[in-house]
Amino acid sequence: MAEKLLEIKNLKQYFNIGKANEVRAVDDISFDIYKGETLGLVGESGCGKSTTGRSIIRLYDATDGDVFYEGENVHGKKSKQELKKFNRKMQMIFQDPYASLNQRMKVMDIIAEGIDIHGLAKNPAERKKMVYDLLETVGLNKEHANRYPHEFSGGQRQRLGIARALAVDPDFIIADEPISALDVSIQAQVVNLLKELQEEKGLTFLFIAHDLSMVKYISDRIGVMYFGKLVELAPAEELYNNPLHPYTQSLLSAIPLPDPNYERNRVRKSYDPAVHNYTKADDVRMREISPGHFVQCSERELESIKAASATN
Amino acid sequence: MEKILQVKDLELSFNTQGGEVKAIRGVNFDLYKGETLAIVGESGSGKSVTTKSIMRLLPESSAEFKSGEILFGGRDLTKLSDKEMQKIRGKEISMIFQDPMTSLNPTMPIGRQLTEPLLKHQKISTSEAKKVAIDLLRLVGMPKPELRMKQYPHQFSGGQRQRIVIAISLACNPKILIADEPTTALDVTIQAQILELMKDLQKKIDTSIIFITHDLGVVANVADRVAVMYGGKIVEIGTVDEIFYNPQHPYTWGLLSSMPSLDTEDAKLYAIPGTPPDLLDPPKGDAFALRSEYALKIDMEQNPPFFKISDTHSAATWLLHPDAPQVEPPLTVIERMKKFPGSRYYEGGAV
Repeated sequence: MAEKLLEIKNLKQYFNIGKANEVRAVDDISFDIYKGETLGLVGESGCGKSTTGRSIIRLYDATDGDVFYEGENVHGKKSKQELKKFNRKMQMIFQDPYASLNQRMKVMDIIAEGIDIHGLAKNPAERKKMVYDLLETVGLNKEHANRYPHEFSGGQRQRLGIARALAVDPDFIIADEPISALDVSIQAQVVNLLKELQEEKGLTFLFIAHDLSMVKYISDRIGVMYFGKLVELAPAEELYNNPLHPYTQSLLSAIPLPDPNYERNRVRKSYDPAVHNYTKADDVRMREISPGHFVQCSERELESIKAASATN
Repeated sequence: MEKILQVKDLELSFNTQGGEVKAIRGVNFDLYKGETLAIVGESGSGKSVTTKSIMRLLPESSAEFKSGEILFGGRDLTKLSDKEMQKIRGKEISMIFQDPMTSLNPTMPIGRQLTEPLLKHQKISTSEAKKVAIDLLRLVGMPKPELRMKQYPHQFSGGQRQRIVIAISLACNPKILIADEPTTALDVTIQAQILELMKDLQKKIDTSIIFITHDLGVVANVADRVAVMYGGKIVEIGTVDEIFYNPQHPYTWGLLSSMPSLDTEDAKLYAIPGTPPDLLDPPKGDAFALRSEYALKIDMEQNPPFFKISDTHSAATWLLHPDAPQVEPPLTVIERMKKFPGSRYYEGGAV
């Protein structure tokens, strides 16, 4: 098995704790991310997938639980110096390429911000060269460095976001719906770029999205979230061919495919959480059904799920 | 089949500070009774502008009809006065917008928003309108409609709000329903419910639907016919099977191959290079030529006319000209064509 880069253990992220409107956005989830892989995280809006990403990179202080990056805890009390170290290794690409770039900064300064903070360039000439190289890496050119974000199209802006994330030479990138705001023809360009970069630099990705066909295409493994919980985690191919949790099945049956014939014969499944009939006595947690394929279930359900898995 | 709407040689421009943006450059299509016509294309291709011009929802200060007509019930909608248009809007032709959050009035209970079109367009009393509104809510699958009438939009979820918007748009049994990306803001599971609802309702009241979207999966699900738009023009139009299994325009090829299907392997995704054309200064020939590896020399100089492939299917590309060289479409498209009787890659069997 590949080396673990990140371990997320019993991560909880609650908002408005103790108030009437307490939200358990992320409710006790655990998973690992291996070096060099792409882990996809899917689920409906409000299921906690973005919050998970943001808690991992410490944009939020976790309510409870730990995130270990190469064995070191990201959360807990940290000095500025220690936080900087994590910031260099972990970077994020955001969904909205319009809101995530400072309108008043030139591309040069947007991309070089990380380089400056971490003191990666010895002199202005080197700084400039680094930015030019980054622009080239993401398929733009050095003339773009002196422009402002509003002069770029959505796809180009997302490339700028990627260049900014790459500036500090990270190992791990969280991509939070990086393509949902883009047109179909541009989505493919950005996805191809991310894949190329991964191969070149050996990057590890956490890819958060709700477009399931794109997630399957880019991910090695996929986790499915529902109401703050991880309900299924499996290799991408396995998850699509053999979904075991009823919520995953319902989610997969809802994706419309560009194939009219398939669409005419589609049978949609709906998911009702009441089918589980969980009581307080049930120990509901992730259980391994087959190697690498985890499903959230109770002891009682385990046998039937295993049987279903075997027949598929 | 009865034609309910005819759009003929429509040209429309926006006058902006930067100059004249030619948003629609000669669009032709018919809409038949009871069918769903999907219009696909990327942002800026003119799909929303086309439908907004049918509804006359574009700002008159900047949008200008250059030529063409939109025939509905024997009248040209481009020539109607605002007063006459108000009698059509919401009654004969109604519209569902993308964002259910902003298309409802947040300060008005939904009951009043539902009865508004009824009271405006039909001679009925307030209490009758209320009854109709409750029936409509029931029709779109809203539980406890009597109670819900008094509630405000923020008390509903996104999917429920879109159901309410649909109920409002159907209040006067419109002949045409225009749905502009009605499910883009929704989750897949909710999207599936809304699409099913729209199809059910269409059967019940026999409305024609113009469905705008950029999601080809949704198109395959809802459409009877499909029009593909690019750079302010329709570049290909045909039945849903013809567009998905026997596409002819290189742009349609690009669109179909840039989406991974659930069984795409690790092969690199086909990406259409470049960006859409600038309609301030549209290219002289085929607008897609600069991004197309199939472009011929003539594409740079002359705009291709429509070539007929079947009675229902035509495409605007010089590749269909008898003198054009035979080209091989991308592999994923050939895979699709193998399933289509009549295409040159057909391998037998039914679609």
